[in-house]
Amino acid sequence: MNLKLRVWRQKGPEDKGRMVTYEVADVSPDASFLEMLDVLNERLILEGDDPIAFDHDCREGICGMCGMMINGVAHGPERATTTCQLHMRHFKDGDSIDIEPWRAAPFPVIKDLVVNRGALDSIIQAGGYITAPTGTAPDAHATPVPKADADAAFEAATCIGCGACVAACPNGSSMLFTAAKVAHLGLMPQGQPERSSRVISMIEAQDEAGFGGCTNAGECTTVCPKGIPLNLIGRLNADYLKAVSGR
Amino acid sequence: MTEFWTQGEPIADTAAPDGPVETRWERRQFTAKLVNPANRRKLTVIVVGTGLAGGSAAATLGEAGYHVKSYCYQDSPRRAHSIAAQGGINAAKNYRNDGDSIYRLFYDTVKGGDFRARESNVYRLAQVSVNIIDQCVAQGVPFAREYGGLLDNRSFGGTQVSRTFYARGQTGQQLLLGAYQALERQIAAGNVEMHERHEMLELIIVDGKARGIVVRDMVTGEISTEVADAVVLASGGYGNVFFLSTNAKGCNVTATWRAHRKGAYFANPCYTQIHPTCIPESGSHQSKLTLMSESLRNDGRVWVPKKAGDHREAADIPEDERDYYLERIYPAFGNLVPRDIASRAAKNVCDEGRGVGPGGLGVYLDFADAIKRLGQPAVEAKYGNLFEMYARITGEDPYVTPMRIYPAVHYTMGGLWVDYDLQSNIPGLFVVGEANFSDHGANRLGASALMQGLADGYFVLPNTLGNYLASGPYPKVTVDHPAVVEARRDVEERIKKFLSINGDRTVDSFHRELGHIMWEYCGMERTEEGLTKAIGLIRALREEFWTRVKVPGKGEELNQNLEKAGRVADFFELGELMCIDALHRAESCGGHFRAESQTEDGEALRHDDEFAYVAAWEHAGFGTAPTLHKEDLNFEYVHPTQRSYK
Repeated sequence: MNLKLRVWRQKGPEDKGRMVTYEVADVSPDASFLEMLDVLNERLILEGDDPIAFDHDCREGICGMCGMMINGVAHGPERATTTCQLHMRHFKDGDSIDIEPWRAAPFPVIKDLVVNRGALDSIIQAGGYITAPTGTAPDAHATPVPKADADAAFEAATCIGCGACVAACPNGSSMLFTAAKVAHLGLMPQGQPERSSRVISMIEAQDEAGFGGCTNAGECTTVCPKGIPLNLIGRLNADYLKAVSGR
Repeated sequence: MTEFWTQGEPIADTAAPDGPVETRWERRQFTAKLVNPANRRKLTVIVVGTGLAGGSAAATLGEAGYHVKSYCYQDSPRRAHSIAAQGGINAAKNYRNDGDSIYRLFYDTVKGGDFRARESNVYRLAQVSVNIIDQCVAQGVPFAREYGGLLDNRSFGGTQVSRTFYARGQTGQQLLLGAYQALERQIAAGNVEMHERHEMLELIIVDGKARGIVVRDMVTGEISTEVADAVVLASGGYGNVFFLSTNAKGCNVTATWRAHRKGAYFANPCYTQIHPTCIPESGSHQSKLTLMSESLRNDGRVWVPKKAGDHREAADIPEDERDYYLERIYPAFGNLVPRDIASRAAKNVCDEGRGVGPGGLGVYLDFADAIKRLGQPAVEAKYGNLFEMYARITGEDPYVTPMRIYPAVHYTMGGLWVDYDLQSNIPGLFVVGEANFSDHGANRLGASALMQGLADGYFVLPNTLGNYLASGPYPKVTVDHPAVVEARRDVEERIKKFLSINGDRTVDSFHRELGHIMWEYCGMERTEEGLTKAIGLIRALREEFWTRVKVPGKGEELNQNLEKAGRVADFFELGELMCIDALHRAESCGGHFRAESQTEDGEALRHDDEFAYVAAWEHAGFGTAPTLHKEDLNFEYVHPTQRSYK
């Protein structure tokens, strides 16, 4: 198929950036979106142009490294799909596609479609873990976890930290990301001792990093490639209120 | 043929304790020297890579009080490729009461590795496996549970006990998040200095000891030198030498290859595991292959048409015209035979013209029986995300039409040579996880990679590294030391060279071509003739690379093609060594199948009398034949037998 791409090009953090149009021909419907860009980049290099920089790694939808706005939607038109798992068969011959980086204040653009998502790590640093020193853990069977809790914790833990939720949110909020982590750890008995301190410090960390507040717009869950549900934000708020009122 | 290598002195693992295998690790820990907690904060350790091995090592060393500098090429340590492991992690817990034990896991691993791994290492791995699960559960890893709240298990390719712990099809992600969270905790505590988007490009050796690395900041292009008291490489495997593999696109050999060029021995480079259950290639645009968890073989039945050239749809082929070849040839193990056996069997039926799908490079993995027996909801609960992933990539619904699978390059058992302490032959250079060669021999059992990564990082290295550091302090090295300055200059010149060639071919086009050569001649089946030919082809292509490659842009910016160029340049040299290693090993074992060495019915035939050794290669200078050092393997407990799964 033949496509017209309008791609955000930005040489570096200081550059203003602009949309540039490229025509691509003979795209295989079996190619992934990133493979389509690979083919374009090969051409650009040989023509002496600067290839488009974009983040990607595992190309199996699990590492969370890829991500771009495709026609204004984080990770593109398919529900529950990372950009690397989006295939060209979902587009039509002759389509025009806009490709832009994640846009959020805490995610500065590094180059073209590459942004710095380090702010998400800073939220984890604030308490997104269980304090468990190495080598002294009790036998794994010493702490039974009800299957329903374990399954729910797993569902929350499937968040890949790609940042699509932030990019899609009109407020640039990271609440879905934080909520997933807080739910994952808070649903298990191992996570209880730090449950209150964790939720308070993670919320503070996301404010400090410059993420916006949540107004229940729901865009985050719509684009989430792992389908992290919106109700986890309700759970996060409940945990937070309980924690601050108990302080 | 000997013009390809020269024979060097034999080597031995001098750190390995002797005596009863059950107590070796305990005794090694006791005899290891300790570093006083107050002195640890004065010692700096560099850890390259943040996967299961590197992330757990950095977190544990940070927690112990060392000053740790951690590096990864991704934008966050959470993205290391360990995250993509699907199936599970083995541990000898015997929670299922099905006869498992540390000894049995040890036995299965030595046998599964085709008797090309060390007994001491493997026993320790099995022992430590038990602690790994405890550790991960304490960290909140959401493993699958039974209704009673206890941990669930499943069986995995090549074993007859249920010893695999799992978190649906995302075990790697969950275990890595556990290690990553522990690491982030140490970063917040100030014990670990994290450097994302940094790539190690050179190893610094001072007075014979590893003392630092040269790194490139992949955002600004700045080259800097980092010195330390010890260096740990946890940089993963080198399967991307084949271009198409199940590895993440960024996986590379540079960290270990640069160390090899500085004197570290590279052991058993030819051992590549070809994974039997991957989604087949669909076209020339393909950039990587996707693995479908091997756990699918627990319920899926593998078949091809009995007749060659039968192009009917799967549904139109009646039961009696199907060949469930794994169940037919290996009735005791059936669809669960180990990876090397399953992969080669798939290749054989496709070579006979019985392959399915475009190009005939595929076999069916059929769930019709499982759906009939268990019901679709049960199958969905077990494998739902895998089925969805398959549908997404191929555009076919595996609940209706059987999946098509084909083998693909997955894991590399070779890596830098290390002793029992995980120390390379360069003092102060430690290597953990897939980056080292130990523990798996010529073939890795399913669900054992995660086990080794975490065993090395959480439990083994933190003990043995202390022993090395306690023998110090080693003299301070400053960044103006001649060895440091020279390593830095080498990196800068190399980058300048890439950018100055300005030829007419892209890096990827060379990588793809190298990959074809490797797959064709050093893939599932190798011959003396093919390997000799491959070495010539690689050398010619490498020469062309250095005159015709085009790397756009500058060094002082984010330049993804410059990154690739450096990695592919190293893959060229590694690829040649892989072929030389495969050529010299005139036997078949595990992930190395030499067509000249097979039994009458086509199974791999080892030659224990000649080849029961680790092949450790020493770099002899570019353009000079490498030197082969042999480390003899002794089997006191598990006696080598011909592997048979019939």
